[in-house]
Amino acid sequence: MGILLELENISFAYHTTKGETPAISNLSFSVMEGEFVALVGPSGCGKSTILNLISNLIQPEFGTIRIYGKPVGESSLNIGYMLQKDHLFEWRTVYSNMMLGLEINHIITPKKREMVQEMMDTYGLGEFREARPSELSGGMRQRAALIRTLAMEPALLLLDEPFSALDYQTRLNVCDDIGSIIKKENKTAVLVTHDIAEAISMADRVLVLGKRPTTVKREIPIHFDMEDRTPMKSRSAPEFKNYFNQVWRELNDEE
Amino acid sequence: MRSKQKNCTMQECFLRRQKVIKIQIRVLQFFILAVFLGLWELSSDLDWIDAFIFSSPSRVAKTFLEMWKGQELYLHIAITLYETLVSFFLVMGISILFSVILWLFPKVSAVAEPYLVVLNSLPKSALAPLLIVWLGANVRTIIVAGISVAVFGSVISIYSAFSEVDSDMMKLIYTLGGTKKDILIKVVLPWSVPSLLAAFKVNIGLCLVGVVIGEFIGARRGLGYLIIYGSQVFR
Repeated sequence: MGILLELENISFAYHTTKGETPAISNLSFSVMEGEFVALVGPSGCGKSTILNLISNLIQPEFGTIRIYGKPVGESSLNIGYMLQKDHLFEWRTVYSNMMLGLEINHIITPKKREMVQEMMDTYGLGEFREARPSELSGGMRQRAALIRTLAMEPALLLLDEPFSALDYQTRLNVCDDIGSIIKKENKTAVLVTHDIAEAISMADRVLVLGKRPTTVKREIPIHFDMEDRTPMKSRSAPEFKNYFNQVWRELNDEE
Repeated sequence: MRSKQKNCTMQECFLRRQKVIKIQIRVLQFFILAVFLGLWELSSDLDWIDAFIFSSPSRVAKTFLEMWKGQELYLHIAITLYETLVSFFLVMGISILFSVILWLFPKVSAVAEPYLVVLNSLPKSALAPLLIVWLGANVRTIIVAGISVAVFGSVISIYSAFSEVDSDMMKLIYTLGGTKKDILIKVVLPWSVPSLLAAFKVNIGLCLVGVVIGEFIGARRGLGYLIIYGSQVFR
């Protein structure tokens, strides 16, 4: 397994007429193929900015981001991005919401239709094909949003606190669902969250970020001694508490 | 089983209550109209008001029928309706087009904003005589008068609907590899449909106002002309 994503000495600042706000300074990390990395940090530390940079929505002021060794702007590989809210369009059916990415890129083929239909069936949305998004529950909406992202067959999946808009119970369930789906589809993913438990339960590696301008403070590999690891099972594993305390200490450590 | 039956009748009761409320509203609406017309007729019959100035429902109906038989009224209504509809469709086309341009080019919109506000607050009825001087007394001028009343406000309201689109929805399109054009077609336009419908409703009324004002001053046909003619000959 090679390195899929590489960030090297990234710096970024926001500019307004009132002045400059440095958001990220000298940030470096890499993600291996098939790995699930979680970025945890205090709120407002520029976590979402990192994802925006990786997906090339904004460009870093210094440093380079590479995917399989190629600068991200030149890479033709697709990067999937799941936002906090699902933003399913109410004027489209559930199915046509999922086809949105393919439609925009004019790459709808019978094979892709079949693939989307298959994912809908597998993840319990088959009978809601022609329904409106408002008829779905919070968890189903999030799954629909994930299928919309996966339909583009992304090489890398970015998750920006994708469960933060859900209530606690749904959140645990959806987190488990989405975590399992990502593992099953064998996707490489970067999750951004301020929820320590969520990060540990889903990730293979947790990167603790410092305050703004942010940089990687500590790297904590997560390993659970179990087969068929799911987020829910991880939460009840004996090692979970230790990881939690470790991340907690790092977050609160003011150097 | 029993509770289900009970639920069913509860639902039926609810539906029945809703129906009764609907009927009550309709009845009251007609009642108010009837009372208004009745009082009007009565007060002109009993000379509480001057029937010459205020007329009465029966006189209105009689005149209406007379004019209808003479094919006069029919023609005037048709021409006003035609002018209103043409100016309405032009207003909608122009204002959607301009709103799209303003939305696509934020700099253009920043430059145009004060001009739109000033043009919108112009007293358009004062413009009508000028329009006739510029364009002549014909149907085209009257359509332009109709447009001039509605178009600026319409651009402002449609453009502001466009710019209220959630920026996260736009971000979603970008993350799926889309461009600004995709955002316009897939997000902004469908998202603005309710605002567009609201604008339609306002504009059809404004166009009628503009057309009638135009007909007041420079027409030989149409309802506006008829009103001016009627008020001059006291018919």
